[in-house]
Amino acid sequence: MGRLSGTRFVMSEGEGRLMKTSASRLSSNPLNRLGSWAIDTVSDLGRMTLFMLQAYRGCVRKPFRLAELLKQIQFIGAGSFLVIFFTAISTGMVLGLQGYYSLSKFGAEGMLGSAVSLTLIMELGPVLTALMVAGRAGSAMCAEIGIMQISEQIDALECMAIDPFRFLISPKFLAMIISMPLLTAFFDLIGIFGGYMSGVTLMGVNPGSYIEGMRTSVTNHDIFLGFVKSLVFAMLVVWICTGRGYLVKQIRGAGFGAESVSRVTTQAVVMSSISVLIFDYLITAILL
Amino acid sequence: MSETAIEFVDISKSFIDREGQAQTVLDAVSFSIPKGKTTVIAGGSGQGKSVTLKLILGLLRPDSGAILVDGTDVTKLRRKKLEEMRTRFGVLFQGAALFDSMSVFDNVALPLRERTRQGEDEIGERVMRWLAQLGLDGHEEKFPAQLSGGMRKRVGLARALQLDPEIILFDEPTTGLDPVMTHEIYELFARTQQQIGFTSVIVSHDIPGVFKLADEVIILDKGKTDVFSSVEEISTSSKPHIRDFMQKTMGEINRHHLVQ
Repeated sequence: MGRLSGTRFVMSEGEGRLMKTSASRLSSNPLNRLGSWAIDTVSDLGRMTLFMLQAYRGCVRKPFRLAELLKQIQFIGAGSFLVIFFTAISTGMVLGLQGYYSLSKFGAEGMLGSAVSLTLIMELGPVLTALMVAGRAGSAMCAEIGIMQISEQIDALECMAIDPFRFLISPKFLAMIISMPLLTAFFDLIGIFGGYMSGVTLMGVNPGSYIEGMRTSVTNHDIFLGFVKSLVFAMLVVWICTGRGYLVKQIRGAGFGAESVSRVTTQAVVMSSISVLIFDYLITAILL
Repeated sequence: MSETAIEFVDISKSFIDREGQAQTVLDAVSFSIPKGKTTVIAGGSGQGKSVTLKLILGLLRPDSGAILVDGTDVTKLRRKKLEEMRTRFGVLFQGAALFDSMSVFDNVALPLRERTRQGEDEIGERVMRWLAQLGLDGHEEKFPAQLSGGMRKRVGLARALQLDPEIILFDEPTTGLDPVMTHEIYELFARTQQQIGFTSVIVSHDIPGVFKLADEVIILDKGKTDVFSSVEEISTSSKPHIRDFMQKTMGEINRHHLVQ
C-alpha cells in the first residue's frame, strides 16, 4: 500500500514537471534569465487573455446556468454585505471626523457633506469595496478553481463535453460584474451615513448643510465615474482571481499540489489589489 | 481480426522540462486498440501512460502523427467536433475527479442534465438504478469527501457510464485501493463490460493484477510501445527490455542483496 501510493506520487509529480511548457531556464547568465523571464511573462499574459476571452464567450453560450449565477451573486454579493458594512461605516465616520478637523481650520464645516460624499463616491467606495471583495470572495474563487484544476475535476468536465467556462467560470464573471456596482453603492450609502453620524451627531455640524452640500456638489458625472470604476474593478478582480486558479498548473514557480493552490491564491489577491489601485489612478486621470 | 476502435499512427509527443531540455515521452508510436475488448496500457512511472489517455481525449495535442477514433483524426478536430467526439467516451480518472461540492446523486446525474434533454424523473430513475447496480444505494445524498476510495471509484464509474459511451478510459483505476477492493473493482469492470459491450482502455501499473482483465497489453517503455495479445506472450518475450520490465515488476526480490 505504502509503496504503491509512494510510486503514484512520484509519477504524478514527474509528469507535472514535464507538463510545464514554460521556458524557464536555470541559467546563471543574467541575460538568459531576463530573456526567459520575458518569455514566461508574455506567454502567461497570453494565456490570461485567452482565458478572459473564453470566459466572456461562455457568458453567452447556452444553456444558461441561472441557478449557479444566483448562487454566486448570493456568495459574492449578499455574503459580502457585513464586511462591506463595517468597512464603510468606519471609513465614513473617520472621514467625518477628519474632514471636520481639516475644514474647521478654514471655518468651512458646512462643506463636510460634499467632502465626505465626493471622496466616497469617486474614490474610496469603489476602491475599498473592490479590495474587500478581492480578499473575501476573490481568494475563495481562486482556491476553489485551483483545487478543481489539480484534482482533475476540470478535465472531467471537458471529458463529459461540458464547457468548463460556461459551467464554472462565466457565472462567476457575471455575478461579480453584477454584484460589485451594487456593493459599491451600498458602501457609498453607509459611508455617507457614517460621516453624518460623526460629523453631525458628534461634532455638531448643521444637518441641513451636510445634506445640502452633498446635493449641490455631487453631479451625475461623479456618480458615473464611481460606477465605471466599480465595473472595471469587478472585471479585474474576477479575471485575475479565477484565471490564476484555472492556470495553476501552468504558472512558473507555483509548485505542485496544495502548495501551488495556496501560492496562486495569495498571488491572485495581491495582483488584483495592485491592479485595482493602478486602474483607479488611470480611470481618474482619464475620466475626471 | 476484430475492428479497430482507436488507432495511433506515428504519434510523437515531447515536453520541455525545467532545464529547458526536450523530453520525448512518445517517439513515433503506432498501435491500435480493438473494439469491444479490454486493452491495458502498462509501463513504469513517467513513461507517458496518462499522456496517452489525454491524447486520445484531445486534452493534449501530439507534436506529430494522427490518432484515429473510428477513422476520424481527433488531432485535427475543432472544438465543437471534439466536444461531440468526447461524448462517446467515458472516463474514470485516477482520483475519480468527483465534484466535491455536489452529492453523489448530482455527480452521477450531471452528464445527463447537461448533455441530454431527459426530464428530472427519468434522470432520477436511471441514476438510482445505476447506483443500486454498483452497490451504492443509500449513499446518494452523501458527498465525495464522506466516501471511501473504492466507493469514490464506483461513483466515478457510474458517472462515466451515464451517456452510454462506446469507449471507456480508466486512468489507474486501482491506485490506493487494497487488494480486495482492487479485485472487486476489476470484477465490476468485467461485469459492466459484458453487460454493455464497450471498448475499455485501462492505464495501470498494477502489474500483473490488471492482466487478469486484459485481452491485449501495450507496454510503454522509453517512448516506444510493444503490443502483446496475451500474458504468456509477454512472459515468453525474448526482447531484452520487456524481459527487464517483467523482471522489475514481477520478478523475485533478492533479499540477500538487500541485506548486504
